[in-house]
Amino acid sequence: MLDYMTLKLIWWLLVGVLLIGFAIMDGHDMGVGTLLPVLGKDDTDRRVMINTIAPHWDGNQVWFITAGGAIFAAWPFVYATAFSGLYWALLLVLFALFFRPVGFEYRSKLPNPAWRKSWDWGIFAGSAIPALVFGVAFGNLFLGLPFYLDDTMRSFYTGSFWALLNPFALLFGAISLTLLTLQGATFLSHRTEGDLQARAKKAASIATVVLLVAFSIAGFWVSRIDGYVIQSIPDVGTTLNPLMKEVTRAPGAWFANYNAMPILWLVPALAYIGGALVLACLRSGKTLIAFVGSSLACVSVILTAGIALFPFVLPSSELPKASLTAWDATSSHMTLNVMLWVALIFTPIVVAYTGWAYRVMSGKVTRDFIVKNDKALY
Amino acid sequence: MIDPTVVELSRLQFASTALYHFIFVPLTLGLVWILFIMESVYVITGKPIYKEMTQFWGKLFGINFALGVTTGITMEFQFGTNWAYYSHYVGDIFGAPLAIEALMAFFLESTMFGLFFFGWNRLSKGGHLAVTGLLALGTNLSAILILIANGWMQDPVGAVFNPITMRMELTDFAALIFNTGAQAKFVHTVAAGYVAGALFVLGISAWYLLKGRHLEFARRSFRIAASFGLIGIMGVIFMGDESGYHVAQTQKSKLAAVEAMWETEPAPASFNIIAGINEAEQKNDWSLQVPQLLGMIATRSTTEVLPGIREIRETNQERVKSGIEAIIALEVMRKNPADEAAKATFEKHRQDMGYGLLVQRYSPDVRQATPEMIAQAAHDTVPKVAPMFWSFRIMVGLGVMMLGLFAFAFYSGIRGTIQKNTLFLKACLWSIPLPWMAIMIGWFVAEYGRQPWTVFDMLPTYLSASSLSVASLLGSIAGFVGFYTLLLIVEMYLMFKYARLGPAVLKQDNA
Repeated sequence: MLDYMTLKLIWWLLVGVLLIGFAIMDGHDMGVGTLLPVLGKDDTDRRVMINTIAPHWDGNQVWFITAGGAIFAAWPFVYATAFSGLYWALLLVLFALFFRPVGFEYRSKLPNPAWRKSWDWGIFAGSAIPALVFGVAFGNLFLGLPFYLDDTMRSFYTGSFWALLNPFALLFGAISLTLLTLQGATFLSHRTEGDLQARAKKAASIATVVLLVAFSIAGFWVSRIDGYVIQSIPDVGTTLNPLMKEVTRAPGAWFANYNAMPILWLVPALAYIGGALVLACLRSGKTLIAFVGSSLACVSVILTAGIALFPFVLPSSELPKASLTAWDATSSHMTLNVMLWVALIFTPIVVAYTGWAYRVMSGKVTRDFIVKNDKALY
Repeated sequence: MIDPTVVELSRLQFASTALYHFIFVPLTLGLVWILFIMESVYVITGKPIYKEMTQFWGKLFGINFALGVTTGITMEFQFGTNWAYYSHYVGDIFGAPLAIEALMAFFLESTMFGLFFFGWNRLSKGGHLAVTGLLALGTNLSAILILIANGWMQDPVGAVFNPITMRMELTDFAALIFNTGAQAKFVHTVAAGYVAGALFVLGISAWYLLKGRHLEFARRSFRIAASFGLIGIMGVIFMGDESGYHVAQTQKSKLAAVEAMWETEPAPASFNIIAGINEAEQKNDWSLQVPQLLGMIATRSTTEVLPGIREIRETNQERVKSGIEAIIALEVMRKNPADEAAKATFEKHRQDMGYGLLVQRYSPDVRQATPEMIAQAAHDTVPKVAPMFWSFRIMVGLGVMMLGLFAFAFYSGIRGTIQKNTLFLKACLWSIPLPWMAIMIGWFVAEYGRQPWTVFDMLPTYLSASSLSVASLLGSIAGFVGFYTLLLIVEMYLMFKYARLGPAVLKQDNA
């Protein structure tokens, strides 16, 4: 069995991998859904868009479910505190997500235009709202969440839903929404043709520029706010609870990891490289590489935020010492170990059959194909 | 302190969202195997009608599946949103099967779901059949992991309390996964799903036969459903008995409530077929009994004594007192980890700590607990008898009815007399809701019967809820029920429409 500290570190990475997997896979579905009313000029166009993701949206959504399950198993403190504290934010995401499975599955089951139009808006809401809220939640992590733990480790949240919607966090929301929209736009550029493809390429270019500008502003803004610093903590290789450490706040502390290890600056730099790749490859028609470029941007944006926060996962503005970190919010040594084996065995299998599914369904989705297979498609 | 209204509302929300979810799950579990059987016949015989059957019933499968996914998303997050202290207290154990379910089963079924619908022209016959098989495997694996999680709540094995983190922690992963109670519950539950899927196909096929439409299609579907359903219902009944045996071993309070057994009887105990339950005086005013039957079924012996409700409550009073000792010792230990005397007291009483937590409902500081509070906490350890007693009997009655229905359907299928008996065909059609009724009632017996615990013997429901406001709970219940009801209406509308259209719906030119 690996030692406890190494396992804690690995699980921080694995949660990161799941979030990145979610952003790349479910992200491009959400991007397509967000772009549905923007790029789909008529019903057939919108069906082309939906059918590029039709065989895959359900499998991709499991990245989100798995991230929830993995946080439950590996970081029970985080699962309990974050989801009960951010109650209405999470319910908003869930309610929005409800529209997706039914929207995809039911939309084209009836020819009535009003019926289809309603579901199109449902798919849009089910895509854009979660994409926005995820970023808003991340932004609030940088500010610290107003919660505390009592002696029995019961968590209490003292803030309101509306306080989450502050300008700083909304900027993060704009980043995540743009990031996933970009992911959808490069995917559509690869899987469609003609006018729709041209519109998708244009959307991808605009999203790239907006993303990089917002990402840069956010980086500057983060350097101006207080970050969190662990003053003292017992041996992180042992069993801890979150109240055993001392935490203070300090200006610019979210840059401490980057200052300590300058090589980490490559991570945020990757977002600009990914963006440049998108712009260059869309022009030259290498749409698959453009999709790789936007996926690199997903990797970069999520890791950049994660590294800045590390080892904090859920900083507490109410009682800083109750902040949840990768060292003291985890499950037991045994559970982390068992779950690591589960992840090591099943993740490659999942990636393999997902890749196979994409290969089976590869190729452009055309208007002609939709008309010919009216009854068999979404 | 925890607001009791919040706890009750959280229970209501969990029960409604879980039961809504379980409208769709059983049909998925059962129908997917029927699709696999139909497609296997198609691949073996090459007859196109079986492909048509797979695709048509597949359409209905998809309409149902979408809502199963929708309502399922909630379940993965609801422990955190509404049962935060539960999630903290047992997440170290309970989170594992949930995460494994997502990674091992849910990915598989969801990926194959897409290929099932859109892969017909892109995969070979055998390739597509393999996809359908993996889809079936994924849905059923998903059920086994959820039942492992639920089985652990019923019989929490392989865990120990850690005073530093103030929670239960995993000590034996194999015990969690191979929990015998969970295995029996899994087969009982998926087999109930097979019955739901079979009766769905049987009932709709019966309707086509009554209307004289799609005859060849309907007869073949009817026969497959009748055979599959007969196996399913036999599995349900057999494993229900197995599950009952496990309950008798691990949850005496649930068994005693289900059987309205107030007093301990000499072994083997008699079985109340029906009884007039008097909760206030803790007795049955009258009952219709079969001597010795309960003891034989529940313990599979003639000598093992089953404790009655009165005795269970008396024993548990001692456990509550012992649990209070554990909690007091724990507080001392946490202030001064070097206190050996407190450690020894804690070790001695730790098995009863959950019972000590029960009294916190009446006295947050357990030192202040009065004898009346302790008696009340012990009284709480047996759920209300009448709802348990009657719901169990309705479930069993429905199961027996369905056994008769499938046996006769199977018999007429073999004799080739399906179409002659219109009365029976009507009975098949109108019986479609029966499996759902039995399944909902079954979950009620399992979950209400575990009260006052979320994790049996370990964590009271009362302590498990999140620290939320009543207003938040009222809002979210309204949101869930409103959303789900709306989606359910849409789903039923499409389901009826597509079932009425029949296999013609697959044809390109038909709107």
